[in-house]
Amino acid sequence: MRKHWILLLALALMAAPMISTTHAADTPKQGGVLVFGRGGDSPGLDPAFETDGNSFMICDNVFDQLVLYADESTEIVPGLATSWDISEDGKTYTFHLRKGVKFHDGTDFNSDAVVFSLGRMMKDKNVKYFKSEWAFPNEQPSPEYWLSMEMDSLVDSIVAADEFTVVFNLKRVEAPFIANMGMDFAAIISPAAYHKHGADFRANPVGTGPFKFVEWIKDDRIVLEANPGYWDGRPYLDKVIFRSIPDNSVRFLELKTGNIDICQFPNPEDIELAEHDPTMKLISQPGMNIGYLSFNHTKSLWQDKRIRQAFAHALNKKSIVDNIYYGLGQVAKNTIPPNMWSYNDDIEDYSYDPEKAKALLKDAGFAEKLKAAGQEKVTLWSMPVPRPYNPNGMKVGEAMQADLKAAGVDAELVTFEWGTYLKKQRAQPEEMDLFQLGWTGDNGDPDNFLAVLLDGMADPNVRTQWKNEQYHDLIMKAKQALNREDRIRLYREAQELIHEEVPLINIAHSLVVWPMKQRVMNFKLHPTASVRMHKAWVK
Amino acid sequence: MRKFILKRLLSLIPTLLGISILVFFMIHLIPGDPAEMMLGERASESALREVREQLGLDKPLYVQYGKFLGRLLQADLGRALRTNEKITTEIRERFPATVELSICAIIIATVLGMFAGIISATRQYSIFDYVSMVASLIGVSMPIFWLGLVLMIIFSVNLAWLPLSGRLSYYIQLETITNFYVIDSIITQNWTALKDVLWHLILPAFTLSTIPMATISRITRSSMLEVLRQDYIRTARAKGLSLWAVHYVHALKNALIPIITVIGLQFGILLGGAILTETIFAWPGIGLWILNGVYARDFNAVQGGTMFIAMVFVSINLVVDILYAWANPRIKVS
Repeated sequence: MRKHWILLLALALMAAPMISTTHAADTPKQGGVLVFGRGGDSPGLDPAFETDGNSFMICDNVFDQLVLYADESTEIVPGLATSWDISEDGKTYTFHLRKGVKFHDGTDFNSDAVVFSLGRMMKDKNVKYFKSEWAFPNEQPSPEYWLSMEMDSLVDSIVAADEFTVVFNLKRVEAPFIANMGMDFAAIISPAAYHKHGADFRANPVGTGPFKFVEWIKDDRIVLEANPGYWDGRPYLDKVIFRSIPDNSVRFLELKTGNIDICQFPNPEDIELAEHDPTMKLISQPGMNIGYLSFNHTKSLWQDKRIRQAFAHALNKKSIVDNIYYGLGQVAKNTIPPNMWSYNDDIEDYSYDPEKAKALLKDAGFAEKLKAAGQEKVTLWSMPVPRPYNPNGMKVGEAMQADLKAAGVDAELVTFEWGTYLKKQRAQPEEMDLFQLGWTGDNGDPDNFLAVLLDGMADPNVRTQWKNEQYHDLIMKAKQALNREDRIRLYREAQELIHEEVPLINIAHSLVVWPMKQRVMNFKLHPTASVRMHKAWVK
Repeated sequence: MRKFILKRLLSLIPTLLGISILVFFMIHLIPGDPAEMMLGERASESALREVREQLGLDKPLYVQYGKFLGRLLQADLGRALRTNEKITTEIRERFPATVELSICAIIIATVLGMFAGIISATRQYSIFDYVSMVASLIGVSMPIFWLGLVLMIIFSVNLAWLPLSGRLSYYIQLETITNFYVIDSIITQNWTALKDVLWHLILPAFTLSTIPMATISRITRSSMLEVLRQDYIRTARAKGLSLWAVHYVHALKNALIPIITVIGLQFGILLGGAILTETIFAWPGIGLWILNGVYARDFNAVQGGTMFIAMVFVSINLVVDILYAWANPRIKVS
């Protein structure tokens, strides 16, 4: 039963854009309060140091970056920078800043604010101000995202050339750099407010965004109000209130009774209820993530690509998504999600075909190879915890085990406590044959999936440790190509290579479905999972 | 008396030391690398090294424990990893919510629980006795989670009498001074807020009160029954005192000692933060905060929070012990 309504729902959601155009006659109304119900509070509100979605949700509305992501994709559009030039060698980015923008505290936005906001995260603070000399804090938490995006090994210096021009000098050519500048950690904060509040800036954020921060009651609510002077037009809403309601069922009841307008992360059962409730509607968005099954590429057992292809034929991905994701997912044929640019839709996924799998395995002499390795079974490592890309690693593992059995392969499920799992997996031990894992994207750039997950030649930290020269070559070229068309072509080619070589089997992208009240208009879920209220309004 | 208190205070030292060892090693001996868990899929060797260094995980365990203990002696619980905020600040912001809820719950539990217990004892083997004792059994064993949701669906969704969750409606402004909303709304004479705050307290306080209520009613019943069998009660009846006077003046007063002890213990447990109740009712208290710490693998917060709760519990026990000794001098001697 469940499968059917989810299919219907998926169809209905696909048709949603068409329906919404008929509603376009509704002209946006100024004013009103929107209450957003979410699962937890923000740990902090200084974009440089946050790592939690609940923090970014607020930061997205209070701050702007030099560049922003487009409304419904991860395309880069102008933000606080109206335009940017890239030098011919690809190592110098010159940003031309928007003039006349003010921070919520009334101070001016200018190049020095950019230098301060980003420079404070740099290890060696190689920056030059134009006029003001904002001191950097002596002690601060580590800027997690700046570090994990390896910005220190990328950015050489940040220089304010004049009041409205900032130059970033890079240490190497890196096309995804511009996408990094759209991430939350690269948000521009008011240096004056930072110096006023010190470390407490994390509880008193001041930016240039469409909403101003008003009040924060810990673990209860955060209140934002419209910034009337916003450079991209005043938001329609007067106020947005983000309420923390940890229990999914209770949050949904709050939506039902009308105390909140949008309910984040409902239980799958409640989505069905929302479907039938005339006061509610649903929005959905594929998550920017991938759950996959990969091979231990350090073992000779997995070197023959026919064997890997056989495994791809053996798995019934659709059944996994229907029964374990409860439909809140979509079968993945590529490693990058379908709403990311350069997604190669021409690729035809391996069909679910146990017979073909058997034939391929026989062809490749898998049984003999297994015996030669002194094994009777293959081990299938599965995560012990739910992840954004996989609601139940063990259940998915069991389904895979049954699928493999049907293809004549005995698999043994193996799991460890999560920290141990990650640690052991990294070491690629002999006793690991297959492992499940996944990835949630950071900056909406294909490099952030394709390099991070599969280019084992570039980095020993790549989880799959797949080493393929042709692939490495494609990825390096794409990193250094400054022309967008070239990058698209290279990434499409890389996806073909992944399909052919099967270094991993793409299982699923999760699907985010949130119910909301009918009165909420023009609220869209963004692929990066950011929650933007600028253009939303209420009837 | 002073000697007794001093002795009890001194005995706190090994207790607290024991708790600190337990809390510290429980968290640090759990298998798995906290740095791996914090960084998840994106962990690189260099990032792992950095996090371990930052958390002091690269040092031997006894050094880490020594540091923890050293800070503890200066009443410094460290900083929460998740928010980089001082744990004492985090607790100060949230503990009033827990205390407010616990006081309401313990009042409901005491009034209703003692009432049921006394009636059951004075009418032993009556219908009321059976019903209330079965009810108390259910009360002890009822999953709070389920009860809370059922109450919400009845009183908030269907009848729409009471608010669903939270401490205060979002459209009501309240200037917070002590963070005890009841007190704050009285101080600022904000009667709209006071009504709203009390309204928000009813469901969670009642839900939270079920377990202590059941315990209190059972102990009241058995304690009363024991006293009612005493000779002096028979004497009181024989000399023609009214039943009311016998039960409430003579019997109850003597039956109170174990009841007070139980109420004190139950209150201590409630102050530890009712994780389930706080989660369902979105109550921004300390239980919810520690739970979030567990989810986020913020072991500084879990460690500091647990330590704080242990200290609160131990202190309440101490107060109960002292009260007990004061009420029953025989205790001191033993």
